[in-house]
Amino acid sequence: MTDITLSVNGESRTLKDIDPEMPLLWALRDELKLVGTKYGCGIAQCGACTVHFEGNPVRSCSLPVSAAAGKNIITVEGLAKDDQLTALQQAWVELDVPQCGYCQAGQLMSATALLEQNSNPTDDDIDAAMAGNICRCGTYVRIRAAIKQAAKVKRGGAA
Amino acid sequence: MKKQPSNTINLNRRHFLGSGSALILGFTMGCKQEASEVAVSSIKNVSAEVTKGSDEPFISTLFNAWLSINNNGTVTILASNPEIGQGVKTALPMIVAEELDFPWEKVIVEQAPVDPVVYERQVAGGSFSVRSLWDPLRQAGATARAMLTRAAADGWGVNVSDCTATQGLVTNTVTGDSLDYGSLAIKAAQLPVPALDSLTLKSAANFSLLGKRISGVDNRAIVTGQPLYGIDANVENLHFATYTSCPNVGGTLRSSNLDHIKNLKGVKQAFVVKGKGGYGELREGVAIVATSTWAAISAKKRLEIEWDTSAASSDDWSEMHERAKQIISETEGELLHSDGDADAALAKASTTIEGTYSYPFVSHAPLEPQNCTVSVAEGKVNIWAPTQVPARAMQAAAKMFNLDPASVTVHQLRAGGGFGRRLYNDYFLEAVAIALEAAVPVKLQWTREDDMAHDYYRPAGTHGLQAGLDDQGKLTAWKNHYVTYSEDGKEPVRWGAYMESTFPRQLVNNYQVNQSLQRQTIPTGAWRAPISCAFGFVINGFIHEVATAAGKDHRDFMLELLEKDDQIASLFGDPFIPARARDTITEVCKRAGWGNQSIKNRALGLAFYFSHNAYVAEVADVEVMAGNKVKIHKVYIVTDVGPIVNMSMAENICEGGIIDGLSTMARLELDAKAGAVVESNFDQYQMLRMPEAPEIDVHFLQTDNIPAGLGEPTLPPIAGAVVNAIFAASGERVRELPLSRSGFTLA
Repeated sequence: MTDITLSVNGESRTLKDIDPEMPLLWALRDELKLVGTKYGCGIAQCGACTVHFEGNPVRSCSLPVSAAAGKNIITVEGLAKDDQLTALQQAWVELDVPQCGYCQAGQLMSATALLEQNSNPTDDDIDAAMAGNICRCGTYVRIRAAIKQAAKVKRGGAA
Repeated sequence: MKKQPSNTINLNRRHFLGSGSALILGFTMGCKQEASEVAVSSIKNVSAEVTKGSDEPFISTLFNAWLSINNNGTVTILASNPEIGQGVKTALPMIVAEELDFPWEKVIVEQAPVDPVVYERQVAGGSFSVRSLWDPLRQAGATARAMLTRAAADGWGVNVSDCTATQGLVTNTVTGDSLDYGSLAIKAAQLPVPALDSLTLKSAANFSLLGKRISGVDNRAIVTGQPLYGIDANVENLHFATYTSCPNVGGTLRSSNLDHIKNLKGVKQAFVVKGKGGYGELREGVAIVATSTWAAISAKKRLEIEWDTSAASSDDWSEMHERAKQIISETEGELLHSDGDADAALAKASTTIEGTYSYPFVSHAPLEPQNCTVSVAEGKVNIWAPTQVPARAMQAAAKMFNLDPASVTVHQLRAGGGFGRRLYNDYFLEAVAIALEAAVPVKLQWTREDDMAHDYYRPAGTHGLQAGLDDQGKLTAWKNHYVTYSEDGKEPVRWGAYMESTFPRQLVNNYQVNQSLQRQTIPTGAWRAPISCAFGFVINGFIHEVATAAGKDHRDFMLELLEKDDQIASLFGDPFIPARARDTITEVCKRAGWGNQSIKNRALGLAFYFSHNAYVAEVADVEVMAGNKVKIHKVYIVTDVGPIVNMSMAENICEGGIIDGLSTMARLELDAKAGAVVESNFDQYQMLRMPEAPEIDVHFLQTDNIPAGLGEPTLPPIAGAVVNAIFAASGERVRELPLSRSGFTLA
């Protein structure tokens, strides 16, 4: 047991007396009460737990919290600034992407990382970036459309 | 199989919670209580409150079990059924808002309390939510609108016929004056509730909200990661629990290293929970209560348990699968159903066709593993659960633990998928048992491995089919030897029974079903479009074989088969009407460009299935590449489910049903060895992912029929459409699912 300090959504957070092996997922959910990041499989297969670790999408279920010490973590709660949804979040709402919605935080984190690196992704780029995220309800068609819409908005086009 | 009730709910006295006298819920601003806990005030009390302060207090006037009209320009509509991703938390309130005639932007949607007396069927299952609530919700809106109009007319001293009520305003058409609903609510709610037969409900042509694309009411909370789901529940002093029961279904506990577990970091308690393991009930196991989910999971991994498996299941599913084929080749089975004389017709037929079809056991695998949060304090049990059957779960817990039902409150939280899994309350009862024993608030969290090991699986099945054609290529005989499973050797397992009204029964004069049973003890359950989800593949694949043998175009053969204009009894409530089936088939073929295919190794495949009172036709555009790689380019779906409530979610659900069906047919299958399911996580149970998802064209034939739900019926046709396209493109007939078993993989 140890104390671990990490930056979550731009805020410094210290976890007191924490098991260093605890996956970041459970540290976020149980200790910091940031429950937007979801548990699906625990073995980095489904992507529901995807967060940004130093800007890169990672599966927080398989990352010990000790590895996040001193690092910048962004979760789905940290995407919107001052209640202003990002272009992707806005597209997700406008195109009514979710069914059950449980995977969508992870989908959004993967999609956000994609658009940060590629402002005009092709279908193949989307396939590659999103293949790690399972949607059990099957909203892939809409996720693809929402990524394209958000990319267009971010590039300065209308929705 | 028992006839499934049509489950229509009639608006009645209970829904008005004491009709004739107004029920006003007085809330102080910023301190709103749940509707179920609010004491009903009299008008007088509320009026006094109105005049008390300088700021007008928030007043919400309850009109019926779903609708309250507020004095701040909003209305509150309660969504009474569980939201599991099928969109009812948005769709059901839309129906009320339409007939109330109120702007959707000003509707506040809240999840209703769980109250089986008031709401009757608070269930997410059978694609019944919209269907069963269509009339009562329209009437709930329309009665309120009529009462508001009457209140305004009385105030103006004019006839009701001189007033209109639209978009939240009652207007005096003579003077042009208007009043908003909020200002009329208290007076209107005191008027007698109009007789339901006096209401004029809107015709579909006059809908201003229904049929539009409306974004889900929880979408903003979903995309910003707000707590919504069962797994997100939090209460003060919450502890975290895991539960471990025998992987060999039905095994009991002999000994365990509980003393060691109790001393592990973060573990607060560890104890054995006794259970008889009845269907959907408590299985015996070990509970670990810890300070975090991770501490509970870590301790679970260090559990060493000696199980007594002497009474456990010994199922071996791959062995049983092989045995099923043998049963078909060697035996006739017992006669289950017969119209005409199938054997004689087969003997007389010009052409006979045979094929044995099979499909495997599969898991529901909702993405949110089972979980449940329970707090027991001061004689009250509060339960937060992502359940499809909140009322049934509440009653089961009260009964099992001898609790006063009035002391148990279930809070229905959004579920991260259901697909039928959360119709069963095992995890729910485990959580209550653990909380009662631990005497602290507990969130039970199943691991994915728990979820895969202890499901109520979709039963596998094998069908030995035979058909006969006359010299005109007309279907004259249909015979099926169906091999299913049985726990007692007498009755089929749950959702493994033959569906007697199954298409094409009554469309062919000589129709016979024989049945054989194999013993099987791992529990089975309702999996999205139960029975239909598998039969849709079998029947559509075989009909295509028959059409091919007849030398006829598949579409033409289907339309010919469906040429009857009779109504055919079905198990789903409404009769099956062949004309509606023909319309969906014709339209989907038109949209897909049926008959115009000319790309090498690429073809269209058609399938139709009727389930849950929905008519669904699908066409898959499939390319078969080298090495039996299958690329599904596009899927077309045309359904007739009556009027569409929320176009956006209706389209989404069609896409989802197709993706789920493709995912399941591509490579999902479970094996069991010695009564334990082998596949334990998504690395061994690989669902469809983004790169494999096809483009999907969704179209609705909007008819005036009573709406059918969409959650289930869009799935059954897709596997048939794909295997038929594979045949058309490659000449290879797939009779065994998943595709991986037949040597095909998705590209």
